Amino acid sequence: MSRKVTRRKFMAATAAGAVAATFKFPAPAIAQAAPFKLGLLTIKTGPLAQGGIQMEQGVITYLKEKDNTFAGRKVDFVSADTGGSPAGAKTKAQELVERDKVDTIVGPLAAFELLAITDYIAQAKTPLLSLAAAEDLTQRRPNPYFLRASACSSQAMHPMADYAAKEMKLKNMITISEDFAFGYEQMGGFQQTFEDNGGRILKKLWPPLATPDYTPYLAQIADCDGVCQGFAGGNPLKFMKQYGSAGLKFPVVTGQTGGDDALLRSYGDEAIGLVSCCPYTLDAETEANKRFVAGMQKNFNLDPGFYAAGLYINCMVIDAALTKAGGKSDDKAEFMKALRSVSLSDTPRGPVKFDHLGNAVGNFYIRNCEKVGGKLVNKTVKTYTNVSQFWTYDEQKFLQQPVYSRDFPPLKS
Amino acid sequence: MTIRFFTLIAAFAALVTVPYWMPGIYYVNVSSQILFYAIFALGLNVLVGYAGLVSLGHAGLFGVTAYATGYMLQLGFGHPAAILIALVISLIAMAIFAALSLRSTGIGFIMITLALGEILWGLAYRWISLTGGDNGLSLKTRPEPFGYSLSDVNTFYYATLVVFLLSLAAMAVFVRSPLGAALMGTRDQPRRMNALGYHVWAIRFYACLFSGLLTAVSAILFVYYTQFISPQTLALTSSAEVLLMVISGGPGTLLGPIVGATLVVAVKTVVSGFIERWNFLLGAIFVAIVILMPEGLVPGTVRLWRLAWRKRAPGTTPVPGGAEAKP
Amino acid sequence: MNFWLVLAVNSITFGGLLFLLSAGFSLIFGLMRIPNLTHGSLFMLGAYIGVTFVLGIHGFQLNFWLAAVLATLSVAALGALAERFLLRRMPGDQLAQVLVTLGLSFMAADLCLMIWGGDPISVPTPPELDGFARFGVLVFPAYRLAIIVIAIVFAIGLWLLLDRTRLGAMIRAGVDDPDMARVVGIRVSQLFTIVFALGAGLAAFAGIIGGPILSVYPGLDQDMLPLALVVVILGGTGSLLGSFVGSIIIGFIYNFGQALLPELAYFVLFLPMLLVLLLRPQGLFGRHVP
Repeated sequence: MSRKVTRRKFMAATAAGAVAATFKFPAPAIAQAAPFKLGLLTIKTGPLAQGGIQMEQGVITYLKEKDNTFAGRKVDFVSADTGGSPAGAKTKAQELVERDKVDTIVGPLAAFELLAITDYIAQAKTPLLSLAAAEDLTQRRPNPYFLRASACSSQAMHPMADYAAKEMKLKNMITISEDFAFGYEQMGGFQQTFEDNGGRILKKLWPPLATPDYTPYLAQIADCDGVCQGFAGGNPLKFMKQYGSAGLKFPVVTGQTGGDDALLRSYGDEAIGLVSCCPYTLDAETEANKRFVAGMQKNFNLDPGFYAAGLYINCMVIDAALTKAGGKSDDKAEFMKALRSVSLSDTPRGPVKFDHLGNAVGNFYIRNCEKVGGKLVNKTVKTYTNVSQFWTYDEQKFLQQPVYSRDFPPLKS
Repeated sequence: MTIRFFTLIAAFAALVTVPYWMPGIYYVNVSSQILFYAIFALGLNVLVGYAGLVSLGHAGLFGVTAYATGYMLQLGFGHPAAILIALVISLIAMAIFAALSLRSTGIGFIMITLALGEILWGLAYRWISLTGGDNGLSLKTRPEPFGYSLSDVNTFYYATLVVFLLSLAAMAVFVRSPLGAALMGTRDQPRRMNALGYHVWAIRFYACLFSGLLTAVSAILFVYYTQFISPQTLALTSSAEVLLMVISGGPGTLLGPIVGATLVVAVKTVVSGFIERWNFLLGAIFVAIVILMPEGLVPGTVRLWRLAWRKRAPGTTPVPGGAEAKP
Repeated sequence: MNFWLVLAVNSITFGGLLFLLSAGFSLIFGLMRIPNLTHGSLFMLGAYIGVTFVLGIHGFQLNFWLAAVLATLSVAALGALAERFLLRRMPGDQLAQVLVTLGLSFMAADLCLMIWGGDPISVPTPPELDGFARFGVLVFPAYRLAIIVIAIVFAIGLWLLLDRTRLGAMIRAGVDDPDMARVVGIRVSQLFTIVFALGAGLAAFAGIIGGPILSVYPGLDQDMLPLALVVVILGGTGSLLGSFVGSIIIGFIYNFGQALLPELAYFVLFLPMLLVLLLRPQGLFGRHVP
């Protein structure tokens, strides 16, 4: 009798268990069948196409390495070209969210594109991981659905200034960068840390974005012992060439875009001696970086730089978050929580985790540009670890000061 | 009942029912964009098509309205007040623009408008306290006229459609009015008009104001649609883009700019999702239009249609009804 | 002192480059009344084609000057084709000309992106000029001084062409009065093709000559076209002297304006252009009001 009861109980228990299983855990079986939709907002036409094309290359390299699978789910990858305008970014963001129903968006490239879509993204509750460096999106106007695994504009410049003051022993510098927010934020960060370490910024020069000839500005670079430049896109090339031909010999330091590894194939000898600070460096000695670089060379026959690495790492973060969430991405708020809690130790840039505002905390590498075997390479000379967007400053105090702008911090002279 | 009448009725019916047959809200949004860019193109066409004055600076005026709206909202004004003030500011800006530009005609007018557009673009970048520089201005909310929230995609579409139809009606009235006829006169024969006693400068000035009004209306719809304005919108490429809409569609026609706007917006938003080299494609389409239909898509299509009819039935009355050229 | 000297000399060199860029536009617009909005694209194409041969393609490498000649000739040929098969179909129809030239510039820009990619390309300075010229205290890059020489040579060459040759006389006749020129028997259509090819070639030459200073990158066409327009407006269309003097003046305004009035850096070129248009629409040396 007990056997009968046991068997019936056993059957009942199994049935109950099966029913419970169907109700409680239907997700894995079904979710693993539904593909994970990844959208990329990038720029593939027009003057900003350089970075945009590299961003897509980074994503494709990761997808190929992982055989198009994140946490057991197949990845549906949709790439959208915003054309480099804020209206285009908004339209394409809408296309990805409303038409393609993506689970997560990576990109866009430019800060002004990100600013155009930030409210929409929060409203549509779609997680977004971008390289765009606009400071306030993780400082004074944080967006809960935004994550930045690279760096905000000034994040690389704080360690650069520290290195310039302490190791390069520079005292009086002139800054020059394009006349827009990315330039202001970079130079502002540099100035604050440089002056805190006993240095002084003599002049701040701001050539407009489309300046063919920098000579009117180069003529003003004198009586200093170093120059800090923050050019982006193709402009660092023009600037360094014209700087060299003007006969200027002061050491030049720069940030993540000025000394980008991907630009080295375009630079000439004028880049030798350029010191840059970047969250990614080609010669980082992590396993992930070895795989990444090999993948980029196999797929595209190119050495990667900051843009491709940034998107590769974004994909790593999404993959890790999806694994953490058990393959579930339907509850956007929960998925966002998983994304923010990701902490990776082996990525192309080394360890990466996020602060409570969604900005990355990780290594920053100081590199010196040298010529090795006829080719330009960036050699890492110092690594700053655990660098956050606030550097060594108290977070509350930092957020109380205005965002870095053309006039903040003000010139002491 | 002519073919033209039926086509227009069908088009109207299609427009009114867009949210029902478009495959998804994304396409309804694209339709809204086509409509307000069409209003922008209609506004530019007043000058390019009917006055014979090519402007390469209209994006600057477009930007002035958009920034004015955004800035007024930031100052704390409600939507109706912000829109009204923005319209007034735009008309003043257009008046200044016209006063400066109308000192010249032909290529001089093109160059002055280009210079003014570039100056406005530079101002948008540098006057950071007003415009936010390249960080731009965000608009947090959309208006809710009569209780209908424009944040809803379909409601926004219908609001845009209403404004579009009103603008189109205004254009039709303008073109058929004495002022419109005088304007076309100044385009074709300025010296004769002058000799006949018409004040050519004043006629052109009023045309500029009308053009500015339509531009301002489209800019307000634009800025509420994207809820963001930054200096890129005032760049030379934006002015060139709307000019291309007018020329490719057919300057001097009512429907031409609408077709041109549809072409450019469709390629930029929808086709670019399927074809990576859409920029090349757009350029190739323009070149093809110039080769096959140099007068524009609308007049060209009408011409080819008539040619086809004549070839099919030689000797019979060529055009079934509606023989007059499209105004 | 050094500061002023450097700016002054650079004004002339930048002016020289602008002259090479705008002379072609001025000729085309002066003779054919075509606002050639592909001019920036032709500049960029010349730079891309030139740098391809300087850096070497499939092992085939040319020295800088030969590469410049090759680039000039190939773009001139493209210009002739564009004029013969496209622009000739719409004489006098300025709107159609704007549409086709803008359409061609879109196609050219995307084509360059497809062929050469998005990365900027540094154009190596010709080794014989890759140094400094010293004049007492002043040290100036030799290549930039060479540009002044090249610009002057071309200015003189073009002037001789226009003033002393039969072709030049025909061009000048066409600029002054195309209808009368036709009546007198000048083959104006053929002339148009030659002039357009010449203008396109000049733009391409300017592109590769400017390469060592500006480098080549997507978007170069959009950066250079407004500069050409400003020079032509200021100097006056159809006037070679106007282009030359206008270029030098713009060179000075650009250099000193950007250095001394950084707040107005965005307006430093367009404000003078606007003033000239309002006060003297034909430019400084223009023959007739455009």
